[in-house]
Amino acid sequence: MNTLLRNRLPQLTTAVIFLLLFAAASLRYDYFFSTRNVSSLFISNGSLGVIAVGMTLVIFAGGIDLSVGAVAGFANIFVATMVQAHGWHPIPAIFVGVAIGVAFGASMGTMIHYFKQPAFLVTLAGMFFARGCAFWISESSVTVKHPFFLYLTDIKAELGGTIVHPLPAIIFFIVIGAGYLIAQFTRFGRNLLAIGGNEQSALLMGLPVGATKITAYAICGGTAALGGLVNTFITGSGNCTYGTGLELDAIATVVIGGTLLTGGRGHMFGTLLGVLIVGTIQLIIAFDGTLNAAWTRIITGMLLLVFILLQRLLLRATQKRVA
Amino acid sequence: MSKSTSWSWRKSPAIWPLVGLVLLGLINLVYSKNFFSITQRDGHYVGTIIDILKNGSPGLILSLGMTLVIATGGIDLSVGSVMAIVGAAAATMMAHGTTSLPLVLAVSLGVGALCGLVNGVLISWLRIQPIVATLILMVAGRGIAPLITDGNQVLIKLDSYNYFGSGFILGLPVAPLVVIVLYLVVWLWLRRSATGLFIEAAGDNETASRFAGLATARIKCLVYIVCGLCAAVAGILATSSIGNSDPMNDGQYMELDAIFAVVVGGTALNGGRFNFLGTFLAALMLKTLTITMYFVGVRPEVAPVPKAVLIIVVCLMQSETTRRWLGRLGRRAQA
Repeated sequence: MNTLLRNRLPQLTTAVIFLLLFAAASLRYDYFFSTRNVSSLFISNGSLGVIAVGMTLVIFAGGIDLSVGAVAGFANIFVATMVQAHGWHPIPAIFVGVAIGVAFGASMGTMIHYFKQPAFLVTLAGMFFARGCAFWISESSVTVKHPFFLYLTDIKAELGGTIVHPLPAIIFFIVIGAGYLIAQFTRFGRNLLAIGGNEQSALLMGLPVGATKITAYAICGGTAALGGLVNTFITGSGNCTYGTGLELDAIATVVIGGTLLTGGRGHMFGTLLGVLIVGTIQLIIAFDGTLNAAWTRIITGMLLLVFILLQRLLLRATQKRVA
Repeated sequence: MSKSTSWSWRKSPAIWPLVGLVLLGLINLVYSKNFFSITQRDGHYVGTIIDILKNGSPGLILSLGMTLVIATGGIDLSVGSVMAIVGAAAATMMAHGTTSLPLVLAVSLGVGALCGLVNGVLISWLRIQPIVATLILMVAGRGIAPLITDGNQVLIKLDSYNYFGSGFILGLPVAPLVVIVLYLVVWLWLRRSATGLFIEAAGDNETASRFAGLATARIKCLVYIVCGLCAAVAGILATSSIGNSDPMNDGQYMELDAIFAVVVGGTALNGGRFNFLGTFLAALMLKTLTITMYFVGVRPEVAPVPKAVLIIVVCLMQSETTRRWLGRLGRRAQA
């Protein structure tokens, strides 16, 4: 097996699993393989995808961010309330919402790096903080009626005879494209992987460990907020409970995509595949009708577990070959 | 107070939650008149302090299990979900006509132990990081619990079950007594046998312990099972106190409270030692803080905000960086 193929093996596995899953579902359920369904994979999972991009960067560096779901919920209700109850124009509201996410992520990164606190503890506290703040803003759902906002949510496109609202998918493609470029072609992206591989070595090599880690958490906070906003575009309203449990979906997406949970190895393309797999499972559960919605969470958890175990096996196999 | 005693009480980690409790007590003494009054009604003692002890019982039990897990350098994020699963299982059993209390309790504890075993196997033998292994159950559990009850809340009508959460012995509520007995039992078990030492050793340096001949994997698995059992007891106490199981909301946000109590109580997050008295006092302080916030008018949904701020502040205070800064400031002030 040549090196390139071996390095891409996790992504290839994921791609094969996705194709098999989708093909099986298409054979099992009538009308599963339709333009509407395929496009909804990208549209209804737009927010998860956007959040997963930031999470991928944090996991590259060997960190973890449990606050993304709550930050998404916060941005979701914050922007809706600012536009609807305080008369802000949606554009500044969106910018402020994302900026709060970035600032929030950066401050968590600072505590993790400079105060040497465990990432899960800081971001778990961040999760409760952001969720509490979301409840503070409004406990009831807020429907946004601003004309510019309605214009945004109502952008239509025709795909093979079906009308879709592609805005979430467009944002998702832009963000994951940017994430791909950052991870593959910038010094920052390589630094992330170096830190995830071995933080001590990265420090000794003279890499800006602190700045890189904090930037990763800041980006993750920003994408989490943006992900929450994407959901506002889908539903046309803000809800403080949005994003509960989304952190696991995001982590699962990244890990299913072949990124090593301990950091140092991974690919943004895998995250795209991860989003597609999680999305396909949700579609299957929706299509089947007999399965309880609660199964989504259970299956996502199981899938995450299976992929972590696969990674262990794969890693052990490659290490043996090297030794 | 002589110098040597002042040094020794400063060394005990249990002092900080105690100081917090006293401070909160003083605040309540000023702001709410009836805080310390305990009256007798229908042969039971009632009062805010009794309420704190009663409502704080599930949290106290969770913190007990969490102390052991953290002492081995691990973490268990799934305790809140395990509470919900156990509550849902018990309530569903009783709703389907089971009237045998021992059977219900056995199944509940069994479910909790099973959840702990799953975590333990994932962490000690499959070597998945504790955060992620327990995160799986934390989120999947919120799918499992509604699945058991078909998505509904379930009323519990078995009086002998509800006695745990709402009954009284000699005028005192049962739940805190269960808590105290459990704390004593676990404390005696760990301090009067080598198990406690093994747990601390495994948390302090796993590799060294393994080379010294300790079955670290088995010890780690054991603490997660104990933690699952504690979560089960907490689930029983929580559901029996209101006679209702709510699979989506039971035990929500409780994992942070438990971790908080352990950290504030002086058990280091990277493992190696534990302190039950500290945990107990810190969990009690946290409940008092929550009740105080409700008195002051903070809505229950917003209560995680000040708590999250507090836990971060406490952790930052304990961090090396802050100590160095404070030390430098202190030296400058002396000079």
